[in-house]
Amino acid sequence: MADEDILSDDLLRQLMSVGEADILVGIHTHNNAKTIGQLVQIVREGLLKYFPRERVAILNVDGGSQDGTTDLVRAAAISDVRDATPFYALRTLHCISTKYNDVPSAGRAMHIVVAAADLLRAKACAIVAPESSEIQPDWMNRLLRPIYREHFDFVAPVYGRQRFDGMLVTNLMYPMIRAVYGKPIREPRPGEFGFSDRLVSELIGHELWTQDAGRIGPEVCFTVSALADDARIFQTFLGPKGHVDHQPADLVAALRQTVAPLFWSMDSTYASWNAINVVQTLPSDGPEYEVGMDPVHVDLTRLHQMFASGVVDLQDVLKSILSTSTLAQLQSVAALDETNFQYSDELWVKVVYEFAASYHRSVINRDHIVQALAPLYRGRAYAFLTENLNASKDDLAEHIEALCRTFERLKPYLLECWTAQEGGS
Amino acid sequence: MGDMIVSELGQAWSEFARALAHLLPRLLTVLIIAIVGWVIAYVIKIALRSVLRLVKFDHLSERAGASQLLNTAALPSPSELLSQLVFWIVWLSIGLAGVSFLGISVLQHDIATILSFLPRLLVALVIAFLGMLVANFFARAALLAAVNSDLPSPHVLSDVVKVLIVVLTISMAFEELGLAERTILIAFSIVFGALMLGLAIAFGVGGRDLARQFLERRFSDDRARRKPEDHLSPL
Repeated sequence: MADEDILSDDLLRQLMSVGEADILVGIHTHNNAKTIGQLVQIVREGLLKYFPRERVAILNVDGGSQDGTTDLVRAAAISDVRDATPFYALRTLHCISTKYNDVPSAGRAMHIVVAAADLLRAKACAIVAPESSEIQPDWMNRLLRPIYREHFDFVAPVYGRQRFDGMLVTNLMYPMIRAVYGKPIREPRPGEFGFSDRLVSELIGHELWTQDAGRIGPEVCFTVSALADDARIFQTFLGPKGHVDHQPADLVAALRQTVAPLFWSMDSTYASWNAINVVQTLPSDGPEYEVGMDPVHVDLTRLHQMFASGVVDLQDVLKSILSTSTLAQLQSVAALDETNFQYSDELWVKVVYEFAASYHRSVINRDHIVQALAPLYRGRAYAFLTENLNASKDDLAEHIEALCRTFERLKPYLLECWTAQEGGS
Repeated sequence: MGDMIVSELGQAWSEFARALAHLLPRLLTVLIIAIVGWVIAYVIKIALRSVLRLVKFDHLSERAGASQLLNTAALPSPSELLSQLVFWIVWLSIGLAGVSFLGISVLQHDIATILSFLPRLLVALVIAFLGMLVANFFARAALLAAVNSDLPSPHVLSDVVKVLIVVLTISMAFEELGLAERTILIAFSIVFGALMLGLAIAFGVGGRDLARQFLERRFSDDRARRKPEDHLSPL
């Protein structure tokens, strides 16, 4: 889709009145009245404090809010931050708000931000999640400084999490991306991140915007594009992840937003990852990993039951996706009761790799492949929870590290599945 | 008397010989038409099979679940099946057109009927094939949705979806063929009505608790309907 189709006339007019900008901050909203006013104020405060001499613009892209979100953005934009803080801008801080005529979509909103950044020739951009309840003014510095002053291309956040929050990230996304692309990105689906003008020019015409994966999970596609383009990546610690309550409660929706974009990106960037067999370290500031040890409330029996019944009920679907030996092992695990349950790292990694290869080959409808992973993830989550329920922070970190090493050790198996199936098609 | 018999036999023989002489070239023509028809049908089959392979028709069918269906029925791959079908239809059409060249008036009427029936047969087969694909796709979608929503008896739901689509497909295919239209329509209405009524009764009376839970989950606040598993965000 061309720039002129992405940017509405009204937005174009507003962007032209801005002219050029050094820094652009994009905020995608959809009924975020509860948090957006304060969030815009904090973003402005951070920009005034850390980038007083730069030409800065905030772009709010709204997906048709009905709760007055855009009014709150406008109000926050004209309210005088200077009264509350000792920081003064030496240039005008523009705050633009626009709506797009489409169903709310993170991908659509992000595409608008990227197109606007391209038009404004912004050197550094940041995306901020509208529900970031823990946001601090210095996040602007942490996300934008490495790009604007140190010439990195992509700044990925690291959040402090409770020990079992984000198990899909710790048990699949992080270790798989680390093994496949050779870079340990802790948060492959970041709520907040920064990117450079070089990455904007790479992504402006990218096919991801026209694909379901890009529409539903643009953050993952964005991250993987940065990895595949060999961009200079920096990780920055932002503090506690403040929007856990707003994450999808539905596991299938979560898989569609993360695993589907990852598999899709792997498919389109095969040439850039197939030869990687070394994991690099990434420059970073702050701790690379931080977990809280709050007590956990979860119905383990239900998790186990949903895994066991899922494997039985989806047997025919899994036959199309998994190899005979992996399916047989899964069925053996599903037949175990809770006391004897063992779902090894190796089996989990083989399952994930075979799913990725089957997605690549489209053995059945791709969305069905992603949905079929849900019960198998529940089994993995059950195993991870029971093994680590009484583990210390260090033990937990070591277990995740061991899983990462298994993903890395079995990467040849992924390549084997990938190429063997290609040969067979 | 003997001369008369010999004369009649001679006349009959000469008439038979004349008729045979009249028919043989036509038979030969029919044979040539059949051979040429076979060649044409074969060329079309090869071309169609190549095109289907080029557009990865088997791959698409595999994704839609048609290949598994055909494997179960010990049938060849979808592209092979379709090209074989087209081969037989083309050859049969040309062959029958050739037979009508014989000039046998009784046959001509029947051949015209069969020839007019063939395109409808092809359309009906295509409807049936596509219907099976759609049925498989939606049955699998229903199964996955039911399993991931932790609904009881997900296979029943999946099978109901499949049966409904298959029954609808068969009724459409028969309607296209013009066979027992009313019977099929009535049978479909009865099956569909009975199924819906059965489901309504089962859901409303037999599954009051399930209905209540469903409605609660559907209309209550998102946070309230989160299950314990959901206290841990996967992301």
